[in-house]
Amino acid sequence: MSTITKNMSLRDQFLNLYRDRAGDISANSAPLLNNYRDGALARLEDLGFPVKGSEEYRYADIESVFKNDLQKDFGDIRVTFNIREIFHCDVPDLDTNLLLLVNGRYYNGSELIRKLPGGIIAGSLAQAAKDYPEIVEKHYGRYAGASDDGLVALNTAFAQDGIFIYVPERVKSEKPIQVVNIMISDNDLMAQHRNLFIAEDGAEAKIVVCDHSLSAHRFLTNSVNEVFTGKGAQINLTRIQNEHNGSSQITHSYSHQEAGSNLTASIISLHGGFIRNNIFVTLNGEHAENHSMGLYLSDKGQYIDNFVHIDHASPNCFSNQLFKGVLDDYASGSFNGRILVRRDAQKTNAYQSNNNILLTDDAKMYSRPQLEIYADDVKCSHGSTMGRLDDNALFYLRSRGIDKREARLMLMFAFAHEVIQNIKVKALQERIDDLVNKRLRGELSRCNNCAMKCG
Amino acid sequence: MLVIKDLKVSIEGGEILKGVSLEVNAGEVHAIMGPNGSGKSTLAAVLAGRDLYEVDSGTISYMGEDLLEKSPEERAKEGLFLGFQYPIEIPGVSMVNFMKTAINEMRKHRGEEPLSASEFLKKMRQKKELVEIDSSLTNRSVNEGFSGGEKKKNEIFQMAMLEPKLAVLDETDSGLDIDALKVVARGVNNLRSSENAIIVITHYQRLLDYIVPDYVHVLYKGRIVRSGGKELALLLEEKGYEWIRQEELNL
Ligand SMILES: Nc1ncnc2c1ncn2[C@@H]1O[C@H](COP(=O)(O)OP(=O)(O)O)[C@@H](O)[C@H]1O
Ligand SMILES: [Mg+2]
Repeated sequence: MSTITKNMSLRDQFLNLYRDRAGDISANSAPLLNNYRDGALARLEDLGFPVKGSEEYRYADIESVFKNDLQKDFGDIRVTFNIREIFHCDVPDLDTNLLLLVNGRYYNGSELIRKLPGGIIAGSLAQAAKDYPEIVEKHYGRYAGASDDGLVALNTAFAQDGIFIYVPERVKSEKPIQVVNIMISDNDLMAQHRNLFIAEDGAEAKIVVCDHSLSAHRFLTNSVNEVFTGKGAQINLTRIQNEHNGSSQITHSYSHQEAGSNLTASIISLHGGFIRNNIFVTLNGEHAENHSMGLYLSDKGQYIDNFVHIDHASPNCFSNQLFKGVLDDYASGSFNGRILVRRDAQKTNAYQSNNNILLTDDAKMYSRPQLEIYADDVKCSHGSTMGRLDDNALFYLRSRGIDKREARLMLMFAFAHEVIQNIKVKALQERIDDLVNKRLRGELSRCNNCAMKCG
Repeated sequence: MLVIKDLKVSIEGGEILKGVSLEVNAGEVHAIMGPNGSGKSTLAAVLAGRDLYEVDSGTISYMGEDLLEKSPEERAKEGLFLGFQYPIEIPGVSMVNFMKTAINEMRKHRGEEPLSASEFLKKMRQKKELVEIDSSLTNRSVNEGFSGGEKKKNEIFQMAMLEPKLAVLDETDSGLDIDALKVVARGVNNLRSSENAIIVITHYQRLLDYIVPDYVHVLYKGRIVRSGGKELALLLEEKGYEWIRQEELNL
């Protein structure tokens, strides 16, 4: 358990915490992951914590998120819960391979690594680092490591486990792989997991990550996801954020795409008190294609912040960012979309749009496109809108006998569906449609089941 | 069925309707004609409950009740239908979902069970045939990417689906070729019965060859300046709106 001394900067608190707990942290992880800790600590010492108002964290108040004294679990805390009771996933139309992460740790009685058809490996990252060090070594820290965000260094220093998914060359995972990430505790808790998803050349994977909080405590997650999409590989990655409003979630996603690969990644933020998603993509080979999408539905005092950075490092690549959100009450948020087109990334196509509906005068959204283009033969566009529901459309629906509330819901749903329809996994699309519909109707609050059968 | 008394309406301080009175009974078809900008669409929108407009004075009673007190959806549920001069495109809301929701809300209002999927589809099919609307259109989002003519037909299709008691059609004929015009007329005539009433707002007499009105009114600068039988429409056609203008000057 950590004791926080006042007047100590966050950075120093965590450096001290590490010093106190280094033994537990290493013992409950893997040597390969431990190798990165000292470097990360030095980096954290250098970078410090992000400050509100800085270039990358203009509106997100990271300090306030960390200010609570949260328990940290380095593998020594036992949480008692009945996994069957809280979690029974019997999705009729979405047949998935299920992986469970509880408080940042892979949860399973006996097998920490699962071998799926086609040689697909899925399970605990710490275990994978022991069983398949050559695979993990090749990718771990390669994409996130260069980050100048102190929170990524923080994660690297402390993360002990997370989800590892490996799809070998030219193997297509038939079933989607579903990761259910649960926070559950007897105390306020902070967790930092680390995921590594690898699709080798020509592989195909569909991955769904569902974030949940299952007890009424303050939670804070600072997680890092590294994603490797090999030559011609295809990954469809969907994250559904559905934690309660006492939760704070910071996610850092670093995706590396080789030539001809396609990564379609969507983040559907349904609930959560504070959400910051950092999304970094590097298009490292020609004809790579990236679709980064987000849908956020925020109300009350929720804060939602998507920070996207697409790096066109090779010619002939395509990227499209589509982020849409509805903000109600006094919710606030930010979208920052950066497109970097490097000098030799000729024939780049890069698009971005961010559309927001603000339902009240108190709801606030900041939207900022950042285009840095150093090549000359490039097609780029960006657009951002802030608006109310269309009064004319609302009146049209009402004039046909549809109640105002229902008409508003229809319009909001239509607005949101534009993102959902781009999630190409049909069954998943329908489930998310359903979830979003329930969310808009206020029928989805804390959810005791996995997201795929909420409500 | 509908009694409008001395209705005065303004928008942003500018008076548009300057005392309109009109009585429409069940079984009747009324045509409202008049030059552009005379306030025809304003009257239609106020009937449907658009809150953009300020009703300064006057009353509207519909089926014996105060219409102005009711929300747009209540009016619709009680059988009032507005065919929009400029139908709205609503991306992402499918025609099927739109119509199913509308019909079932109305049925709920009348204390009826929702239509089953097969009943609904059957009804869709029948009405689509009636208005000769392309099947693919009803698989799309509401009015999205529809041509001008298709949008107008879609209004008539919705009217046919919702079977209103009082239909107000705002220039449903403008921009239509003769075949489309006949389709619109067929839709309207099909609805016509001793229990229903229809107000056809039009700019041209052309439509009235196919929908023969019982009464014709001329709305000019926010007032009904002339009312008569169907021959008034022919007179207007012959002499043009300039004639009204002159008459008004002479008064
Ligand atoms: N939303 C509006 N804002 C301001 N003026 C309007 C608006 N709608 C209509 N008007 C004005 O009201 C008058 C009547 O318009 P309208 O009812 O559309 O006439 P009509 O349908 O007979 O052509 C016109 O002078 C028009 O400019
Ligand atoms: Mg008009």
